Amino acid sequence: MKAIKKYIDSKLKPQFEGEGKLHAFRSLFDGFYTFMYVPNDTAKVRGAHIHDAIDSKRIMSFVVIALLPCLLFGMYNVGFQHYLAIGEEASFITTFLYGCAAVLPKVVVSYVVGLGIEFTVAQWKKEEIQEGFLVSGMLIPLIVPINCPLWIIAVATAFAVIFAKEVFGGTGMNIFNVALVTRAFLFFSYPTMMSGDKVWVNGEYLDCINGTVDGVSAATPLGEIAAGNDVTTPFINTVTGLMPGSIGETSVIAIALGAIILLWSGVASWKTMLSVFVGGGVMAFIFKDSLAEIGNFQWWEHLTVGGFCFGAVFMATDPVTSARTETGKWIYGFLIGCVAMLVRTLNPGFPEGMMLAILLMNVFAPLIDYCVVQSNINKRAKRIKA
Amino acid sequence: MSKLFSKENGAVFTGPLNINNPIAVQVLGICSALAVTSQLKPAIVMGLSVTVITAFSNVIISLIRKTIPNRIRIIVQLVVVAALVTIVSNILKAYVYDVSVQLSVYVGLIITNCILMGRLEAFALQNGPWESFLDGIANGLGYAIILVIVGFVRELLGSGSLFGFQLIPSSALMENGGLYLHNGMMTMPAMALIILACVIWAHRSYNKEK
Repeated sequence: MKAIKKYIDSKLKPQFEGEGKLHAFRSLFDGFYTFMYVPNDTAKVRGAHIHDAIDSKRIMSFVVIALLPCLLFGMYNVGFQHYLAIGEEASFITTFLYGCAAVLPKVVVSYVVGLGIEFTVAQWKKEEIQEGFLVSGMLIPLIVPINCPLWIIAVATAFAVIFAKEVFGGTGMNIFNVALVTRAFLFFSYPTMMSGDKVWVNGEYLDCINGTVDGVSAATPLGEIAAGNDVTTPFINTVTGLMPGSIGETSVIAIALGAIILLWSGVASWKTMLSVFVGGGVMAFIFKDSLAEIGNFQWWEHLTVGGFCFGAVFMATDPVTSARTETGKWIYGFLIGCVAMLVRTLNPGFPEGMMLAILLMNVFAPLIDYCVVQSNINKRAKRIKA
Repeated sequence: MSKLFSKENGAVFTGPLNINNPIAVQVLGICSALAVTSQLKPAIVMGLSVTVITAFSNVIISLIRKTIPNRIRIIVQLVVVAALVTIVSNILKAYVYDVSVQLSVYVGLIITNCILMGRLEAFALQNGPWESFLDGIANGLGYAIILVIVGFVRELLGSGSLFGFQLIPSSALMENGGLYLHNGMMTMPAMALIILACVIWAHRSYNKEK
């Protein structure tokens, strides 16, 4: 290992710096170098700076690791739903490999497009590569249906990275969660590829590359509710995740594993996560009468279907776009849960409301923080007067 | 003759087309620019209507500018503009009925277009009729250029056609077994705002030094 590092430091590095032969790819080298090794520059300014070894690349890596259970389970579920739909028996390995072959192209496309734009912008603005896309690139394939064509994912990723991130100043400056903007773009631009009952299960392998409208019919539980039908998925399947849905969002167990990793490593806030569930639970309970005609679906099952868990764990807790004050996190999370359930129960146009709820609250996060800080200031000012 | 086409008048005419564009620089008239640009044809008709109305209201106000009492000038301007808008609206209904239906209220709402009132207040009240006419034409055309660019992108990507003429063959569409899908968001005003932002971005990067 040391020999490799020595070789890179002495031979490769100079080529990328200054007037070296490959200085056009400086940002590319820098990005991979700091990803593989700890960056060896310290703060450029003298003063009281305390540096943690955990830079944002390390934080992002934790989130990617936390997403792995969802990704792996998503792959298995894609294969499982496929073999269920065509009515064939398949071994565990075959099922998983099928799903793997179906999902991996989406992951590759999302990373290649997103990182390509990030690297280009970094090179152009002569900045360091920003690492925020490590997480977004993994989130994007997990929140689309399996039959979403690759070129559409590429277009949406490019749109989101440019218009939701780079124009605001790059990683850490964005107002909206980049992965959710990608999904919103897909949802409003190509609605036939993002909802309905044809996109969740693929019958042929090519469906998941090109997208074809004659996919296999399989509605998600929320789709069935929106259509006013009985929910055919038993509750236990909504927990284990063996049901149609976006690739990574179906399994509560896999998401819980990810949540444990995020909370253990301290990347995500438990306050936001918990309050999303509280808000969602309260709202679902209030509107439980609207579910009355669907006999076998209880209000608490709302928390396990759709993207609710996935959004609560991986999207709402995004440290850049969520509220940053501790009280603010409670309010922010609670309102996300409330709005998501409001959209689901009251708006017939959208079966799922989690994406819209989080994007809406992203806008309000700075306002919530402002109010929390101001009320704190007022409280203290009063104490001085008294 | 040479006085009519002097250097100053040239500047009056070219300014609003480029470095003083009403939409891209002054960011006026955004509302109608988002509303009527989902197709190219209504965008062009709208642009021409605004050009005609701005030009002639500028001339009329400029002719009577010395007799208008200062305190009621807005009312007078509104009456002139409203009369012209009604005329244009009726002409559209008579000759291009389908476009007039597509534009619906936005023809009537030209009365409230900030570009018009802005030009009347800022230019026609201080300048002679010929300069005012040039200024009105140029501002209207500056508005129309942006509308055409936005309408071009939106119609091409949103419905795959230009002037209603289908450019992308229907066999390429996904429902007919192809790979292509029209971008539904292009037909919504939200996307028009983003395209408009891109136009402004390009315009400002190009004119950086000015």
